[in-house]
Amino acid sequence: MNKLNFLSPDKNNLYAYLYSGIGLFSLSILIVFLNSFFSLDLTSFLPGTISYFLPLILGFMGLHLIRIEYSGVKFLEVINKNINTNKFNALLSLLIIFAVIKSLPPLLSWFIIDANFAGDSKDACSGSGACWAYIKTWFNRFMYGMYPNAEQWRINLSFIALAFLGGVGFFATEKFKKYLTLYYVVVYPIIAFLFIFFFISGGPIFFDFSYGIIAAVISIIIGFFIPSKFKMYYFLIIPITIYILLKYVFFYEELIELGKIQAFEWVETGAWGGLSLTFIVSFFCLIFCFPVGLFLSLGRRSDLPIIKYISIGFIEFWRGVPLITVLFMSSVMFPMFLPEDMFIDKLVRVIIAISLFEAAYVAEVIRGGLQALPRGQYDAAKSLGMGYWKMHIFVILPQALKLVIPGIANTFLALVKDTPLIFVVGLLEIVGMLNLAKTNPEWLGFAMEGYVFASIVFFIICYAMSKYSYNLEQKYKTER
Amino acid sequence: MNFKKILPQLLTLVVVILVFVFFSYNAQVNMENRGITFGYGFLSQESSFDVQFSLIEYDGSHSYFRAYLVGLLNTILVSVIGIVFATIIGVIVGIARLSSNYLIERTAAIYVEFFRNIPLLLQIFFWYFAALRALPLPEKAEPIFGVFFLTIKGFFVPAFVWNNLDIFIYSVIAAIIAIVFVRLYAKKKQENQGIQTPVLSISIGLLIILPLLSFFLGGVDASVEIPVIEQLSKTSFTFKGGLKLPPELISLALALSLYTATFIAECVRAGVQGVSKGQKEAAASIGLTPNQVLKLVVMPQALRIIIPPTTNQYLNLTKNSSLAAAIAYPDLVLVFAGTALMQTGRAIEIVSITMLTYLTLSITISIFMNWYNKKIAIKEK
Repeated sequence: MNKLNFLSPDKNNLYAYLYSGIGLFSLSILIVFLNSFFSLDLTSFLPGTISYFLPLILGFMGLHLIRIEYSGVKFLEVINKNINTNKFNALLSLLIIFAVIKSLPPLLSWFIIDANFAGDSKDACSGSGACWAYIKTWFNRFMYGMYPNAEQWRINLSFIALAFLGGVGFFATEKFKKYLTLYYVVVYPIIAFLFIFFFISGGPIFFDFSYGIIAAVISIIIGFFIPSKFKMYYFLIIPITIYILLKYVFFYEELIELGKIQAFEWVETGAWGGLSLTFIVSFFCLIFCFPVGLFLSLGRRSDLPIIKYISIGFIEFWRGVPLITVLFMSSVMFPMFLPEDMFIDKLVRVIIAISLFEAAYVAEVIRGGLQALPRGQYDAAKSLGMGYWKMHIFVILPQALKLVIPGIANTFLALVKDTPLIFVVGLLEIVGMLNLAKTNPEWLGFAMEGYVFASIVFFIICYAMSKYSYNLEQKYKTER
Repeated sequence: MNFKKILPQLLTLVVVILVFVFFSYNAQVNMENRGITFGYGFLSQESSFDVQFSLIEYDGSHSYFRAYLVGLLNTILVSVIGIVFATIIGVIVGIARLSSNYLIERTAAIYVEFFRNIPLLLQIFFWYFAALRALPLPEKAEPIFGVFFLTIKGFFVPAFVWNNLDIFIYSVIAAIIAIVFVRLYAKKKQENQGIQTPVLSISIGLLIILPLLSFFLGGVDASVEIPVIEQLSKTSFTFKGGLKLPPELISLALALSLYTATFIAECVRAGVQGVSKGQKEAAASIGLTPNQVLKLVVMPQALRIIIPPTTNQYLNLTKNSSLAAAIAYPDLVLVFAGTALMQTGRAIEIVSITMLTYLTLSITISIFMNWYNKKIAIKEK
């Protein structure tokens, strides 16, 4: 029989140390558990301070006793390796375990046990817990803002349709894969815009802009049949020609009058709001900021001095100012720069402002990818006789963009998180709606519930996005 | 072939100039119609609005320029507080994420994932409207350590009342200069003779002794003023004396530092992971102690990876401090681009000044950090 030395446990009396250690450790957890869940104080017979620290001391002793090297017991090895490598780590582990046990009951009771789920007025919430009835009553407002209740199906339908159209890429066959980029960069945004304009906003069929869209669609369709040799010239000339023809030659008053018939009730952009506005703003900013950022990054690395310095100035300007001042600029300063009879909708101004702002960040991210490519890639492309655009489209950008997927995803994530700022110009997305609901005299005092709800919504969106970008990164990771 | 290079540049230039001409022409027409003349003369006019919280003396009788300064100082104040706390939390969490302890690593990871995925504005609102509103009224506040009072009206802390504060500050500056010289001397000595000087203990000693001397010899005198509760009316109480940190400042600083700390933590983690294991083993094998390994081998290399992204985070924090406008903390955007703009209606001048100020702040920080980065970069021969 070996001597028991509790100060330095070893493997000779393994089980004596093990059982006493686990006993002490479990006892400490039991004390805290009973104290926090059933408010039973097992150690009340001891003086205050000691009683307060007793679980910590017991647990610390227990962990010390089971810290035995090369014991050969598997679960002990796992515990020791992960939470019990030395005294300091043991203390920290205990503190974390106790903190979790201590904070569970109040959280549970606030979230579920004492919370009110039913009811549709403030009086229903009498308990000490959260008032989820508040969220339930205001749910429509949080999702759709001031959009009329009867018309909300239009938003739902558009979003579902756009989600389907956006998911086309996953089902495309090999034959259509090569048109996907064109689809996502040109066709999809136009479809999305039309959906938002006709469906959500309820705009008339003919408006100033529709000539441009029709011209673009016709020229793209014809463009498929043009030999690639002339495509560049074609796309420079034809869309403008069609636009002019449409606007000034096929100008029928009757047609315009016919087009002014609205299929749906017109809803001002000021009434849009809630989570759907968050999606609309971030979706369009995302679509616009990427191409702008791409051209800016190419411009910044250009050999042509004027283009280079204009790009640098542009990028550094937007990166140096906070978004809130940019939004201020778009709301109070920008109208001064326009002719008096020209009016641009608030939402459009906001989307342009955020797109330009984020484009500067995207540009810097893409520049990082361009710089990371070895010079050999440029030289090889040039030696094959490729020009600037050919080299970039077929050799440089496919590799560079692959490198910067995580960076771009982070920028987009930042964009989504920046959308609440549009409250500056008076557009209320979900956070703005919360602040509005909070000041409603019939629902005073439920700020906490609202913010917790919005936090959960944003957390789900952003966390899903960041996980998706991580998957993309893994998928496109090519050996270099 | 030159033509191919000049044409796109010319086109871009023409487009940019056209846009500028278009904008400025419209601006001129619009301002004429509204009867405003462009100019910065309004800055010296009387502002006639009040600001809740200001570091310098200010009231409605001061000029708009003074109001601008108040806002700027408040922005700098909250940015500095945020940067300090974000760095402390970020470094601790970043190191915790590298811990071999599973629980610590998970806790840090959950913290990072949680706080970085929620919009900053929402966090500011949460702290201001939900968390800090749950604090007690002044008359019901329990003192913390007997002298701090955390109430719904703000955080009241004891203030120092100084005599001859300037001499004390001079002594601290003198101590810092002395430390710089000691460091230079120690470095030279080590390079020439290979003898190490205990720089850290000497610096701490200097930093304590010189200010202490100023108390005994320079006639510096400090006493502590503890906040005392005072009744304003039948139901209204407040604290008198001491220093009051308004809840706007607390929630803003809290949200900014907790949010930015998550990004700094990731920078720190990447930096420490970026130092290869061989470096640590090599350092240990030439007989450096673990502390020396950390100080002389790991940290200098990790810092090179950490500093550039961290600089970006500091810049982001400074720019994000403009969200203060949402909870009425009187920062540059609220005081100048908000109240002053409403009163004067000079959109172009005021928004341009505000943007230029932020640009200057950003560029200053990035120039300083670039200089520091260059200083510690590897000097290859």
